[in-house]
Amino acid sequence: MINTIYRLSSPRRFEIDFEDISFSENCIVRPTHLSICNADQRYYQGTRDAKVLKEKLPMALIHEGVGEVVYDKSGTFKPGDKVVMIPNAPTEYDDIIAENYLESSKFCASSKDGFMQEFVELPKDRLVKLPQNMNLDVAAFTEIVSVSVHAISRFDKIAHSKRETIGVWGDGNLAFITSLFLKKMFKNIKIYVFGISRDKLSDFSFADETFLTTEIPEALRIDHAFECVGANGSPVAIEQIIKHIYPEGTIAIMGVSEYPVPINTRMILEKGLRMFGTSRSGKADFEKTVEMYKAHPDIVRYLTHIIGNVVEVKTFADMKKAFELDTRKAFGKTVMHWNL
Amino acid sequence: MVFSVILAGGTGNRMGNTDKPKQFLTIKDKPIIIHTIEKFLAQPKFEKIIVLTPQMWIDHTNRIISKYIGECKKIAVISGGDTRNETIMNSINYIEENYTLDDDTIIVTHDSVRPFVTHRIIEENIAAAQTFGACDTVIPATDTIVESVNGNVISSIPERKNMYQGQTPQSFKAKQLREIYNSLTDSERDILTDAAKILVMKGYDVKLVQGETYNIKITYPYDLKIAKSLLEEEEND
Repeated sequence: MINTIYRLSSPRRFEIDFEDISFSENCIVRPTHLSICNADQRYYQGTRDAKVLKEKLPMALIHEGVGEVVYDKSGTFKPGDKVVMIPNAPTEYDDIIAENYLESSKFCASSKDGFMQEFVELPKDRLVKLPQNMNLDVAAFTEIVSVSVHAISRFDKIAHSKRETIGVWGDGNLAFITSLFLKKMFKNIKIYVFGISRDKLSDFSFADETFLTTEIPEALRIDHAFECVGANGSPVAIEQIIKHIYPEGTIAIMGVSEYPVPINTRMILEKGLRMFGTSRSGKADFEKTVEMYKAHPDIVRYLTHIIGNVVEVKTFADMKKAFELDTRKAFGKTVMHWNL
Repeated sequence: MVFSVILAGGTGNRMGNTDKPKQFLTIKDKPIIIHTIEKFLAQPKFEKIIVLTPQMWIDHTNRIISKYIGECKKIAVISGGDTRNETIMNSINYIEENYTLDDDTIIVTHDSVRPFVTHRIIEENIAAAQTFGACDTVIPATDTIVESVNGNVISSIPERKNMYQGQTPQSFKAKQLREIYNSLTDSERDILTDAAKILVMKGYDVKLVQGETYNIKITYPYDLKIAKSLLEEEEND
């Protein structure tokens, strides 16, 4: 079947391409709801390194999305089943290293085409069925939610058991999702959120306390921390975390920065801190996320709060509109209703 | 119920010196008609995909479907008629004989040589036919259209902004289409170039669905070259 692919050819410019896909062992999914990530924006706006852009473009963007199955030879999925698409594509299995950290793995909208296509061809193990009546605008950004679930799951294996308070630095989408899931996954822990916008922090109504990063009480201490800031805010956030964390605490680094970040290693040594990075997620994290949606309907309701823009996309002009609107938003996810 | 009607009646006499109908020529190692059928297979709303082809090509069509798609109960290959509209009537008769033909039965008719049709165009055809009774897929005309009645001098130049180029699919409420077609006189039928005109002649509204410039009809050798280059196929053949 001739499949239409909408690739970014250079910053702010999409082009159309066609590729033949076959009705074979893989499933064919019709994307319906796609969500824009900051990583997509870095390609769209051309803020990635010029060498990287030259190497990767043209490429279809978007790695967060859901769709409807139109074909599955194996019968695991029925036509019309709503599924979340997993962008990570492992090429091998390793007993120790998770699929999202294997150097051989491919990733949609990074090392292969993303979901801005008429149809997406994926192996059946790269799909997770969504519950009936799932809010598909929320389901569209399940990938970023699964990244938080992945980080929290790793934290649970790494961090010591004294877990009275956890600090989450950041007041954006990732911080919102991470603090919400921390609250749901660890019932008796107090969640403190640290951000720079009083307005945005007011949305974290499920958190036990919120603080402006300029007004953190000197004596405040936390057992562990999640850094969800990234970019230019990373150095200050990590510095504050190291200052306010108890000895032997664990710090999860989740924010992406284009530049190397200086870290106060003296205090890491002195406090005996553990710091670990997380990136992306694997199938188990997607499955766990969907199970959490089913078990806690209020999670889905909370996640609707971070839907920023919803854009109907039928033309190239609509695609540009969605990306441009996304650049201007202060908070929230931009979801494209994909009808191409 | 919604049915797809793939019109593969052409014998390819405009395709130069080729010896088989154009829908059986290959792009990306696959016959054009197979690419087209696959686009309709990817739409779960269709009850059946009815492929209408000249009698002498039915066996061949069945064989290539079996080869490239495999056993598929969703596809039926039947004989077309002498004209495009007679072919469509054959599909409606087939539906009546094998399913229930009622006021809500929709047919989405499509040229077998337009394999670049998109999922959106098909979806919007189904929705427009259900709401309006009939629709035609079009794109705004980019060239000025010139009318000449005698083929010698211009009789009129219609305003371009009101002009569109017709593509397919064209979609209809099947029962209504047949009733109106059967009410036409022979002279009215003689001037029909496509199915939408059946309704337009009798004053029925036909909704416009936005097509795509690349939803091309592979009619001439030049079109085949374009189709191959769109799919980045090496032009060695």
